[in-house]
Amino acid sequence: MSFLEYAPAPESRSILSLRDDYGLFIDGAFRAGRGTPFQTISPASEERIATIANANADDVDDAVAAARRAYERTWSRMSGRDRGKYLFRIARLVQERARELAVAESLDNGKPIKESRDVDVPLVAAWFFYYAGWADKLDHAGLGANPRALGVAAQVIPWNFPLLMLAWKIAPALAAGNTVVLKPAETTSLTALLFAEIVQQADLPPGVVNIITGAGDTGAALVGHEGVDKVAFTGSTAVGRQIAKTVAGTSKKLTLELGGKAANIVFDDAPIDQAVEGIVNGIFFNQGHVCCAGSRLLVQESIHDEVVDRLKQRLSTLRLGDPLDKNTDIGAINSREQLDRIRELSDVGVDEGAERWTAPCEIPENGFWYAPTIFTGVQTSHRIAREEIFGPVLSVLTFRTPQEAIAKANNTPYGLSAGIWTDKGSRILAVADQLRAGVVWANTFNRFDPASPFGGYKESGYGREGGRHGLGAYLAPASVGGAQRRIETTDATPRVESARRARPAKKGAAK
Amino acid sequence: MAGTSLVTARERALAVLGGEPDDATLRRYLHGIPGVDAVGLEQRAAGLGTRSIKTTSKAWALDRIISLIDLTTLEGADTPGKVRSLVGKALNPDPGVPGTPRVAAVCVYGDLVPVAVDALGAAHGDPDDGAVAVAAVATAFPSGRSSLEIKLADTAEAVAAGADEIDMVIDRGAFLAGRYGLVFDQIAAVKEACRRADGTSASLKVILETGELVTYDNVRRASWLSILAGGDFIKTSTGKVQPAATLPVTLLMLEVVRDWHRLTGQRIGVKPAGGIRTSKDAIKYLVTVAETVGEEWLQPHLFRFGASSLLNDVLLQRQKAASGHYSGADYVTID
Repeated sequence: MSFLEYAPAPESRSILSLRDDYGLFIDGAFRAGRGTPFQTISPASEERIATIANANADDVDDAVAAARRAYERTWSRMSGRDRGKYLFRIARLVQERARELAVAESLDNGKPIKESRDVDVPLVAAWFFYYAGWADKLDHAGLGANPRALGVAAQVIPWNFPLLMLAWKIAPALAAGNTVVLKPAETTSLTALLFAEIVQQADLPPGVVNIITGAGDTGAALVGHEGVDKVAFTGSTAVGRQIAKTVAGTSKKLTLELGGKAANIVFDDAPIDQAVEGIVNGIFFNQGHVCCAGSRLLVQESIHDEVVDRLKQRLSTLRLGDPLDKNTDIGAINSREQLDRIRELSDVGVDEGAERWTAPCEIPENGFWYAPTIFTGVQTSHRIAREEIFGPVLSVLTFRTPQEAIAKANNTPYGLSAGIWTDKGSRILAVADQLRAGVVWANTFNRFDPASPFGGYKESGYGREGGRHGLGAYLAPASVGGAQRRIETTDATPRVESARRARPAKKGAAK
Repeated sequence: MAGTSLVTARERALAVLGGEPDDATLRRYLHGIPGVDAVGLEQRAAGLGTRSIKTTSKAWALDRIISLIDLTTLEGADTPGKVRSLVGKALNPDPGVPGTPRVAAVCVYGDLVPVAVDALGAAHGDPDDGAVAVAAVATAFPSGRSSLEIKLADTAEAVAAGADEIDMVIDRGAFLAGRYGLVFDQIAAVKEACRRADGTSASLKVILETGELVTYDNVRRASWLSILAGGDFIKTSTGKVQPAATLPVTLLMLEVVRDWHRLTGQRIGVKPAGGIRTSKDAIKYLVTVAETVGEEWLQPHLFRFGASSLLNDVLLQRQKAASGHYSGADYVTID
């Protein structure tokens, strides 16, 4: 036998107890949606997992109204310390249910269990822990004393990191004192609905977090709703543009985290083995469904052949298959639609004259799959060097001087992230300084931390998520609102009552 | 097994280096090798460590681990009786379970080589053929602080007594002082001392003592240096210095071996030694070998574990796999 054909090591699904159908989570309870429900499937097998409710405009009205009530009656009046307690509790519950959440995420999204288990879910907990700590320290958020929350936040998130994007959105919003209505992506609603159960488990006051499911029209109704004070969106640049138009001319604040076409720049003095790992991690992590993926490899011409050789050899060891198998490196593409787009753009790459190489791996019969692919001989004018493929496809370009590398890296409508590989510290600083990208990684790639702001330049969006900056996106400096809040706090009687009602109960604290 | 011939090793080094192996040439060569990013290396090793080896793969791995072990005793208190006991264990690791593989070799101090050879009797031979080899530590192990003459005499004596493999230590002081030429010459001289009267040669394992080299860049350079000078194996540690073998260090050495193979076509062995005590850890090393240099390296002439307590843990795991429950320390023999 071959040792490298590791015996199957599937993570058990028995830890999950899913319902057959899920309603909308509004005002602290699940209820049926008034749109036509839809099925969520596992992209690895195309098997149905559950039926998901579809929120229509009336449901959106209800959710926004519930969030408004919770904001005015409870959440905006609660002390930061108490809001922090809830967030800490959510973070602990995420840790307690980590395995279950990881299995659900891999099942619904198609990403390998080792990524949902070792990256997504731990980061979700980290995000809640981080922002829980901020809840009573808002005076230090950089907006002066007594900054105020914005109100009701409408949040629309993508399918590539379903639960993590939820955490990026909900944690800072709640810490700052906002209430939220969140819509997960149509193909990956499952973990958001499990999160709704965690919200119930944490005894969060009803209406502080509302989760409505549905497709693009639900999202459009939500961001366009007049009862919303803040819109946060992560997803494609095309949809981001529509949202910007919808929100233009209103009082809503907006942050957008959109597409990317990141350059991963490898200089000839790079630590070569680690650079190869970084290239792999940069573009093949999460099947390349990463907005900050290092999809353009810029490698110094003198080491191009060696890097490509090593890369091919390394890619030949990647395991594609069952996302729930603990040894799987490359999972399923999230949807047929996305698979079609990856195929289309890859074919364009071949037509344009680039050379395609595909890692040798067996493609399962059912489900949506795309083997890791690299294109060499890519020119800056090729579509595969300019458009976001959002799949496991790497375009390799060369450069000769640092100036050329910087010029090529910046020559994109996007500007979300970039990577630099070199042993020379001064070069890292000099190059990073000139890259127009929100995140620049040096000798690593795709590393995330809740304390680090994340966001883009140009068509990659605006605003930052994570860190103090991410908190600022959900706050306004004290002005009229601040004064209003101070008046509220002097009005002692109702405040104490409502806070008492909302304070974490002892039973919950022991959980 | 026989070591590579000295003449080709030197010729190969000259061809790779493009000049005589003096301090300046070696420095130019070794410092021209790409650096190592510690964070990235450790991240990769940790990633390999998460592989989940179950059922049939685990059963295969456990047996393979046994057949790759250099069962070791390197104590000042070692006696002929202790070595005979060790050899008994090496030949028949689990008397209650027929079909348990033998270990690759027993590893002892030079003066105890005759005892080991005698105790092995007809079973003494090439581990690739299912026999058990005798490995001897030499060259003023573990510090290496002695004159070259004594190191060579130490080596020659062990080889003459029947050692099949010599585990030498490099002069870490000279390496850290940048005297690469000296380290090269010493390894080459020990390699020469491994030669037997009949023209064959004992296999040479070069111990880098990575715990004293400290940085990954040093480990990479010392690995290249040892291979250039003619080592058949590169070995992490003596077991007397902490940290001994670690997964990132072993991964790094495997990467050097992979690159050397790509450059010259020659296969060099790797031996992590010291600190690998559990089956679970040992399986991580197998995974790292298979995914870095390839499965063909999982043979006694290309990969070894320098270990003593590892064997019993593997035997307990095998018993558990057969019976479905864990037994205990008294169900495997002490050696």
